[in-house]
Amino acid sequence: MVLHTLIDYDTLRVIWWLLLGVLLIGFAVMDGFDLGTATLLPFVARTDLERRTVINTVGATWEGNQVWLILGGGAIFAAWPPLYAVSFSGFYLAMFAILFALILRPVGFKYRSKRDSAAWRTGWDWALFIGGFVPALVMGVAVGNALQGVPFRLDGDLRIFYDGTTLFELLNPFGLLCGLLSVAMLVMHGAGWLMLKTEGVIAARARAIGSVAALVTLALFAVGGVWLWLGIEGYAITSAVAKGGPSNPLAKTVALAPGAWLANYAAHPWMMAGPALGLLGALGSLALLRMNRGGFAWLLSSLSILGIISTVGLSMFPFILPSSIDARSSLTVWDASSSHLTLFIMLVCTLIFVPLILAYTSWVYKVLWGKVDVQAIAKDGSHAY
Amino acid sequence: MELNIVDLSRLQFAMTALYHFLFIPLTLGLSVVLGIMETVYVMTGRPIWRQMTKFWGTLFGINFVLGVSTGIVMEFQFGMNWSYYSHYVGDIFGAPLAIEGLMAFFLEATFVGLFFFGWDKLSKLGHLTATWCVALGSNFSALWILIANGWMQNPVGSAFNPQTMRMEVTDFFAVLMNPVAQAKFVHTVSAGYVTGAIFVLGVSAWYLLRGRHVELAKRSMAVAASFGLAASLSVVVLGDESGYLATEHQKMKLAAIEAMWETEPAPAAFTLIGLPSQVDRETHYAIHIPWALGLIATRSLDTVVPGIDELVGQAQARIKSGITAFDALQKIRATTPGAAIDPAVQRSFEDNGANLGYALLLKRYVDDPRTATPEQVAAAGWDTVPNVPTLFWSFRIMVGLGFFFILLTSVFFVLSARRRLDHYRPLLWIAVLAIPLPWVAGELGWVVAEIGRQPWIIEGVLPTAAAVSDLGAATVLTTILGFAALYTVLIIIEMALMVRAIRKGPEPDDEPEAALVPATLAAAE
Repeated sequence: MVLHTLIDYDTLRVIWWLLLGVLLIGFAVMDGFDLGTATLLPFVARTDLERRTVINTVGATWEGNQVWLILGGGAIFAAWPPLYAVSFSGFYLAMFAILFALILRPVGFKYRSKRDSAAWRTGWDWALFIGGFVPALVMGVAVGNALQGVPFRLDGDLRIFYDGTTLFELLNPFGLLCGLLSVAMLVMHGAGWLMLKTEGVIAARARAIGSVAALVTLALFAVGGVWLWLGIEGYAITSAVAKGGPSNPLAKTVALAPGAWLANYAAHPWMMAGPALGLLGALGSLALLRMNRGGFAWLLSSLSILGIISTVGLSMFPFILPSSIDARSSLTVWDASSSHLTLFIMLVCTLIFVPLILAYTSWVYKVLWGKVDVQAIAKDGSHAY
Repeated sequence: MELNIVDLSRLQFAMTALYHFLFIPLTLGLSVVLGIMETVYVMTGRPIWRQMTKFWGTLFGINFVLGVSTGIVMEFQFGMNWSYYSHYVGDIFGAPLAIEGLMAFFLEATFVGLFFFGWDKLSKLGHLTATWCVALGSNFSALWILIANGWMQNPVGSAFNPQTMRMEVTDFFAVLMNPVAQAKFVHTVSAGYVTGAIFVLGVSAWYLLRGRHVELAKRSMAVAASFGLAASLSVVVLGDESGYLATEHQKMKLAAIEAMWETEPAPAAFTLIGLPSQVDRETHYAIHIPWALGLIATRSLDTVVPGIDELVGQAQARIKSGITAFDALQKIRATTPGAAIDPAVQRSFEDNGANLGYALLLKRYVDDPRTATPEQVAAAGWDTVPNVPTLFWSFRIMVGLGFFFILLTSVFFVLSARRRLDHYRPLLWIAVLAIPLPWVAGELGWVVAEIGRQPWIIEGVLPTAAAVSDLGAATVLTTILGFAALYTVLIIIEMALMVRAIRKGPEPDDEPEAALVPATLAAAE
């Protein structure tokens, strides 16, 4: 097989870094409003019918949306095996918390309406809340810790060792800030969705909470940026970089420097578009929520998510997971990918399947377009959620 | 008992994977059954077939959702608990997992929403398309995960790269066309179809015994019996193909399944039953069928099936070759980057590199395989024998059940063709009691496949013990207990909802409208 040499190894690595971003953003935009909606559930809906209405806004589509997460896991495994190996074992208990919550979520959706008992339904409401809130929080905390470096090192066999990552060490101030930012961002996103799909009292409550969430998103993102600039040491490669070299992180040397995470913006001012989009998107979403334009608010919050996640990626580039205890073990775009051939094959598969997925997903959303039919839910005891 | 991280990680994986596979076969089987029933509805226009699709669809949904939930865990726990594995083979193993997401999960999960919520929003043909997309998605998913698992059993199309210290893909087409993967795929989906068919058969038989929903039950049984008969024949035939391929690629697995401690002259006898003992290295009270194993495993009269003792000897030779490869690898890595590698060292690695994994078996005894004593090499050779009694019994129960399913579905196929489904109450009771059996067979099938590969996580390439993450035993024990608690609660709830839905039976097709919506939820204007 020589076809794969048509695209240089280093180009493929950059493409896969972009695709990693596309997948994470795809997940945060597409499943993010499901997570936000589930987090909002106990607060925007009080009666059983209100709650069923909220659940049915995402009832037919959360399952497809969740695949963005599964695909994200698979794609990281295929394209960035060292990242897959280091991150999920390094964040072991945090991952367990996310999985525990995500196990509850599908079951909550499906089983809640199977029985009439109020205790049964309230129980599943809280399961759904956990299934939305916990992943949103913990994923944000994980990103906050990735920006500060994770305590792992690689030995000569590229075996991974950790230096005491307990769940509680992850909950440091900056990690928590990123976790809350993630929750606020997805609540804002879910609120726009609820305004688009519901009417009356639910939409009104979503508008009120969503506006607060948008303000909090703005504030935390801005504070986080300043903190990253002044308070957190960034990483820089200090040796010559073989961008098309074999994936072995130990071949380089790395130094830490205050403010290094902002170096990319000085070198490439166009990258400022990332943080700008994060802020303007949230601001626009806030304005549109106030104007009762749920659909457009949802679009703008999508842009805000795009900006915020891009900001993390652009700040760290070419790093994808720095190590706080052995800087040269840090994973970068140039030394943590799979082989040239695998990256090429996966790119071909992506180019074939992603357009297909987008096409049929759009068709499904078109079929389900419109406000949730409360009448239908009220009369239908068991088919609707 | 001393808890070590390898055993705990294996326990957690076994527990979560076997639990996940409680839901997968029924999803595979019922999705196709739903497709068949709805196709009949669209072709004949008879409402009872829509009612059947909706009823079995409700049961499908209760089961499906736990398959999805527990599948999320599967996607991530390679990285969580098996990080050296993930690093070592992610270049090959990750790709089918990602393609599974792209090709299968999106299709299945996007259209399953329309299956449940699209009855009033789609045309008949539109809804039928959605149903078949769900079935197709489930089956594609099985294809890709079994390509991944097939590669663990028979790691083709890849080579070790000393610079990155991992296996890398050299021929992706070989990974796709891996004969072990293809045989496993058809065997596994057929087993899923059998599970779906026996489930429908058993539940319908219960309705007939109770005299409820007779029309629905008889039609469902007709579908289940014919579909189940075809599937159970396919399971046994493809299971035989798997066995044949094991002769070629996993000789030790086959010898262990047969508890064949010593090589016999061809054609070897098949041990029907006996009491294999790992300690004595012999099978007590064995009853043999002459020639049978030689015929099944080699499809010839003169090819020898090697016994465990001979295979252990081969493994010991490969361990010695692996030590040479390990030595060459250390020299290659000690060479300064950019400098030329000594051609003799390079050749030594190329000649022995295929056995590198065998040297890693010695890591249990010594840090540096090059310092291993001959006794340690001999012991490591015997470590390549998996747990014989477990395999011997699991395999025999699985195969026995496979033949029982052929018998059961044949009987109901004939009864259905002769319109005598409700004539023989004892047969109906057998069908009800048979409901759990496909699960037993399916889980034992995975026990044979995975225990039979031990001590390897990738056959001949990476020992299981070398593949784990550097986690504390207490940490893994915490998550084992967490998963066990959650999974126990969920299976109880799932079974209760299943029984409840079955007792309730199908719903009448349409209910009258009623104004039930309070003013607060109405439009703001």
